[in-house]
Amino acid sequence: MAKVEKLLQGNEAVVEGAIAAGCRFYAGYPITPSTEIAERMAWRLPQVGGIFIQMEDELASIAAVIGASLAGAKAMTATSGPGFSLMQENIGFACEAEVPCVVVDVMRGGPSTGLPTMPSQGDVMQARWGTHGDHPVIVLSASSVPECFWMTVRAFNLSEKYRTPVILLLDEVVGHMREKVVLPDPKDVEVVDRPRPTMPPEWYIPYADTPSGVPPMAPFGEGYRYHVTGLIHDVRGFPTSRPDEIGPFMERLFRKISANFPEIHLSEEFETSDAEVVVIAYGCVARSAKRAVKEARERGIKAGLLKLLTLWPFERPAVERLAEKAKVLLVPEMNMGQISREVKRVNQGRSRVVTLNKVDGTLITPGEIVEKMEEALG
Amino acid sequence: MREITRLIHKYLRHDKKFPHIWCPGCGNGIVLGSLIRAVDKMGLSKDEVVLVSGIGCSGRMPVYVDFNTLHTTHGRALAFATGIKLVKPQLKVIVVMGDGDALAIGGNHFIHAARRNVDLAAIIINNHIYGMTGGQFSPTTPYGMRATTAPYRNIEHELKIAELAATAGAAFVGRSTVYHVKLLDNLIERAIEKKGFGVVEVMSPCPVQYGRLNRLGDAVKMMEWQRDNTISVEKAKELPPEELEGKLVIGVLVERDLPIYQEEYEKIVERARGSGAAL
Repeated sequence: MAKVEKLLQGNEAVVEGAIAAGCRFYAGYPITPSTEIAERMAWRLPQVGGIFIQMEDELASIAAVIGASLAGAKAMTATSGPGFSLMQENIGFACEAEVPCVVVDVMRGGPSTGLPTMPSQGDVMQARWGTHGDHPVIVLSASSVPECFWMTVRAFNLSEKYRTPVILLLDEVVGHMREKVVLPDPKDVEVVDRPRPTMPPEWYIPYADTPSGVPPMAPFGEGYRYHVTGLIHDVRGFPTSRPDEIGPFMERLFRKISANFPEIHLSEEFETSDAEVVVIAYGCVARSAKRAVKEARERGIKAGLLKLLTLWPFERPAVERLAEKAKVLLVPEMNMGQISREVKRVNQGRSRVVTLNKVDGTLITPGEIVEKMEEALG
Repeated sequence: MREITRLIHKYLRHDKKFPHIWCPGCGNGIVLGSLIRAVDKMGLSKDEVVLVSGIGCSGRMPVYVDFNTLHTTHGRALAFATGIKLVKPQLKVIVVMGDGDALAIGGNHFIHAARRNVDLAAIIINNHIYGMTGGQFSPTTPYGMRATTAPYRNIEHELKIAELAATAGAAFVGRSTVYHVKLLDNLIERAIEKKGFGVVEVMSPCPVQYGRLNRLGDAVKMMEWQRDNTISVEKAKELPPEELEGKLVIGVLVERDLPIYQEEYEKIVERARGSGAAL
């Protein structure tokens, strides 16, 4: 099949990206503004022999996804803030038991039921720290419909490669807006599958350390009988309370993400080489920011943009480098300042970090960003 | 006896994680024995069995047996099992839960698993108490009994597990006690064999928590109670309701042929592929 051009919503592009990446299992529960993902999955997955199931709630949805992944399928779910909160316990299970899965959170405004149909970026820290206990996690974002496609592919690939849940954060604008997207020929999509054991079952140690920190994963029912638990476990998967086993396990869990940072992080830069003010943005705000940079340049302001595509682990190298040169790092966000805290932490006084926060359910406009640039540069 | 022991040892991970964590007098080991005998009698290979559990004393069962085993989060075992079964329908997926696990925190999943009729076997060990956390009342603690969170007696009313499963639409529902172990072997086998959602409720003594708090005596006393206060489904049918007062009915409560989820879904796949509505 050749590539095709489509006019799709961000949510619909997520589905096409997932299927291209090999996703064959979706379990979900309806919630605005993510529901189109479930609807399109219900239509598309049976066509490719995949499984769609609507579960009784988000707790069950993420649980079924993890079960499906343990049985060998690439699996995902999608939700919004309230459902994302309900999924947190089992996202931790997937971290602990190292089960690949993808969770898309199309963010809505506010805490609690909040603003179901209005955009926000309020879940950045929940995506990082939502589940209890110390844990590593990979969080991606997208700012356009084509990016929804490609970042979903990337979410699956990273999840499979590192045996970890990957969260894709979208906002209501990106999820619902329609844009032209070129759906590639499936054979042009790079697809990564989880490492599988090559040794016979009697030699298989399911949670043994490896050079990459990622142990090979055997699907249930193929002769590699082992134990999977959310308890801290030894290399064979059995619960342990021995400090000499707990320590190395936790260390490996973090190392497999931190040691592979060069491959996990992803960002794009626009006009940053001589920029005095660098805007750091993600999601729909990155679109306004790009326009703002162009307008600012027309007015003679040396502005640039760092667009974050991997939110966690945080894009430290690029922020450090830009902070060395720029006078101002401007962080516009549709929350009270979540990524900006991380920017300040990395900045360490090199540059001046200015925030622009909006939580009234409306977009941050290019004009507001330009105005803030002018104000910051004096 | 030696033969039975040898049979059980064939399935245990004896070189790995023993001794087990269960208290003396606990019924969980008897349930595990029944499960193993059922699997053995059915001639299932270890590779094709998946044993899934939630949290609590029963949650530790999978760690001891040499199947594909999964110890999930509290209440969610059936939802994990649903994912496994739909992806690999050829596997026999057995879910073991406690009363708090299946009926309190997991109550929603329990009724929907029964309604959806995914081909799973659910064994619920009902000991009327949260054992692992030290004896708090559960949804099946009878009215008036004591628990550490009901020091002045329980003022809530008990949820009937088997009856709930029947109402929610399970294809097979059976109830036994750990005293009636041959019946238990048989019910577990039939629940696994049954196409659709099969439920076995097992009444099991918890002498250390529930028994002690309610002065019900030791494990032997509690099993004698099971012997003296149960009645078979067949006999119960012949008796008037007043004579069944206080008696526990055991045996096969429901067996019916219902369309199972996987088969219905296969029809959907056929339809979707036949429509030619591709990308």
